[in-house]
Amino acid sequence: MRILNLAGRRLAASIPTLLLILIGIFLLLQFAPGDTVDAMMAQMGGGDAATARELRQFYGLDLSIPMQLGNYLWRLVRFDLGFSSIYGKPVATVILERLPPTLLLMTASLSFAFFAGLVLGVIAARGVNKWPDTLISTLGLIFYATPSFWFGLMAIVVFSVYLQWLPAGGFEDIGAASTGLARTLDIASHLVLPTLTLGLIFLAIYLRIMRASMLEVLNLDFVRTARAKGLDETRIVVRHVLRNALLPMVTLIGLQAGTMLGGSVVVESVFSLPGLGRLAYESVVQRDLNTLLGIVFVSALLVIAVNFLVDLLYARLDPRISAGT
Amino acid sequence: MALSRIEINRRTVLMTSAAIAANVINPMRAFAQETPRKGGVFNVHYGAEQRQLNPSLQASTGVYIIGGKIQEPLVDLDAAGNPVGVLAESWESTPDGKTITFRLRKGVTWHDGKPFTSEDVAFTALNMWKKILNYGSTLQLFLTAVDTPDPQTAIFRYERPMPLNLLLRALPDLGYISPKHIYETGDIRQNPVNLAPIGTGPFKFNKYERGQYIIADRNDNYWRPNAPYLDRIVWRVITDRAAAAAQLEAGSLHLSPFSGLTISDMARLGKDKRFIVSTKGNEGNARTNTLEFNFRRQELSDIRVRQAIAHAINVPFFIENFLGDFAKLGTGPIPSTSTDFYPGPNTPQYAYDKKKAIALLDEAGLKPAAGGNRLTLRLLPAPWGEDISLWATFIQQSLGEVGIQVEVVRNDGGGFLKQVYDEHAFDLATGWHQYRNDPAVSTTVWYRSGQPKGAPWTNQWGWKDEAIDKIIDDAATEVDPVKRKALYADFVTRANGELPLWMPIEQLFVTVISAKARNASNNPRWASSTWHDLWLAE
Repeated sequence: MRILNLAGRRLAASIPTLLLILIGIFLLLQFAPGDTVDAMMAQMGGGDAATARELRQFYGLDLSIPMQLGNYLWRLVRFDLGFSSIYGKPVATVILERLPPTLLLMTASLSFAFFAGLVLGVIAARGVNKWPDTLISTLGLIFYATPSFWFGLMAIVVFSVYLQWLPAGGFEDIGAASTGLARTLDIASHLVLPTLTLGLIFLAIYLRIMRASMLEVLNLDFVRTARAKGLDETRIVVRHVLRNALLPMVTLIGLQAGTMLGGSVVVESVFSLPGLGRLAYESVVQRDLNTLLGIVFVSALLVIAVNFLVDLLYARLDPRISAGT
Repeated sequence: MALSRIEINRRTVLMTSAAIAANVINPMRAFAQETPRKGGVFNVHYGAEQRQLNPSLQASTGVYIIGGKIQEPLVDLDAAGNPVGVLAESWESTPDGKTITFRLRKGVTWHDGKPFTSEDVAFTALNMWKKILNYGSTLQLFLTAVDTPDPQTAIFRYERPMPLNLLLRALPDLGYISPKHIYETGDIRQNPVNLAPIGTGPFKFNKYERGQYIIADRNDNYWRPNAPYLDRIVWRVITDRAAAAAQLEAGSLHLSPFSGLTISDMARLGKDKRFIVSTKGNEGNARTNTLEFNFRRQELSDIRVRQAIAHAINVPFFIENFLGDFAKLGTGPIPSTSTDFYPGPNTPQYAYDKKKAIALLDEAGLKPAAGGNRLTLRLLPAPWGEDISLWATFIQQSLGEVGIQVEVVRNDGGGFLKQVYDEHAFDLATGWHQYRNDPAVSTTVWYRSGQPKGAPWTNQWGWKDEAIDKIIDDAATEVDPVKRKALYADFVTRANGELPLWMPIEQLFVTVISAKARNASNNPRWASSTWHDLWLAE
């Protein structure tokens, strides 16, 4: 019951935020010169002014900006995301088609970054200032400093072009038309390189945070007490230190869910994945306002959902948090 | 005309001797080349997805590269660049140029099994070319009716004379036919078939996964015997140019057309034996880099300032150092690849001459201010290609040396068109002019006054010249090919002399193709054409 209550309040609080984000993006895009019809003309390689006028009318672009915004919000109230001018389909359909690759990529990258960061962070903290720590910290710095498009391209050159181990791009093999397990494995093999590329920079962050918070907790009184009780070191780390050191890590997941959606634009372009990031980029270039607002809406919902889960996880890790509410 | 023909011949000779040399080294290869292999999947790089794929509705390379395999035009170009019948077998014009009759091919069926007839031609011409197709609506402005006395005859009737040569040069791009029975009900623009085209071509549309791939399979009922060879064509959507180059190397792509890779990757793959990197097969897709002047800016309406700007830029240096083998010095709005209309290089030209540029600026009364600055201009480069971006920076630096400060304002596609062609918010603009086989189709609108505001790639410079307007109008309806050619020679001379815009660099698109592909690049618009004879060697 308490959890439902928390959920209800959380969601209610996020509605005004969502509304502000949507209005903000709508107005921001008005500052970009040109509209979807201009973008269409650019793609066609020319056209006459009468056609352009006709198309503007068709897309409702001849209305004033407040009217367009009003129309949009009114449709949103009825859970209608509108019609995409690039795809000629309802925005909801377009987004649903693009959601699975992005969700898969995000989940895989976050899990990879989280668990690898956790393990490496613990190892580094246990051997602080010795060679494992130095090695891991240096690697972390390199991962953090490398731009992901460069890392992605290098991964393609090494693993796809030279070694030919993994596919260079795409979401699945077109020719195979496989089903079941074979298809799952096929998609997984296509996702290895993008996951690594997107995950490495986050791994570097998790590893730093984990190392720092482990070091901090290791010096607290209760750890000393546990040691004094004569517990063995592994047990201390797993039962006492890790649980407390995990809190800042979990906080980061919530914060980074949004960042990851942004970062996926680059990774999706480099690996030709049909995800939300590329769709968003495409809709900005094509001035497809409905699709872009739809993506913002869905991404905001995603981030809100992730943060909500993080809150629940928090309460589980540290009972004091839910007791306080 | 003769000059370009010689060039083509010289290129053919060079290529043939290279082929002979290869055969001496490897006689098996010669044997393999003689027997086309059936089957195989051909993977193509597709850089920018379009809103629709029907070439009767949109004339652009992004559509031809897919739609051109599925639908067919009345006429295409042969290896020598001459019109050759596809859906039309023959044609004739009355002496006054107002009636043009096409005899259509018999026994052709649409992919859904319905017969192809003159009704389809009449419907497409009147409802698509004349009303919707970009460039088509200008070309067919004076088309009044298409008569269909029998299923194999389509008679085009024009209000003003239509030069047969002009129509035949335009039809390879602007003459694709769509099935009437699919389009006759409902809004043509919103028809879902636009994204799943039905045609008469060698390949049948199979599947389109947005953001991933498009597939077309061989048409077993194709009208050309024994064609096509390939089982399937897959267009893979890859927006990142560097990633596309890597996919070519990894073997998951066979072709990247229309300069789809970065200049450095094209140069690098050119040294790799697995690929052929060349401009061959793109002679019909010539483009020139432009520098457009806004005449509303008072200083730029002075011809001396425009000439000074042209003289201040070292074009040969730029080409040699930035564009490499893929470009050459341009001589005006009609590129040298146009065998029918190129007037030769003896029209007014602007060689690099910094002293002359400074003298002209002085003469125009633009004296340098305290910091040496004479004038500040806003330059808007189009975002279509790496070369335009480099060219904009080069212009900026070159003009800086003669005291003209240039501010480069970068936009994406929609923003660029809006600011230059609708709001006229530019002093200088630079982009591409794409030549479409006849100046009346693609080029004269850049110079003819009276273009409606907001029409991209037309005269939006605020320039008006009655003499040139008259030449343009006369040439558009001149039925005699010799007189037409002479009129366009006058046009180039006057356009280069008055310099409302400058076209100093001539380029052809670059094709990067697997060395296993046979019958590739064998006509002047190969990447846009049907690929019915394309096959893949083992």
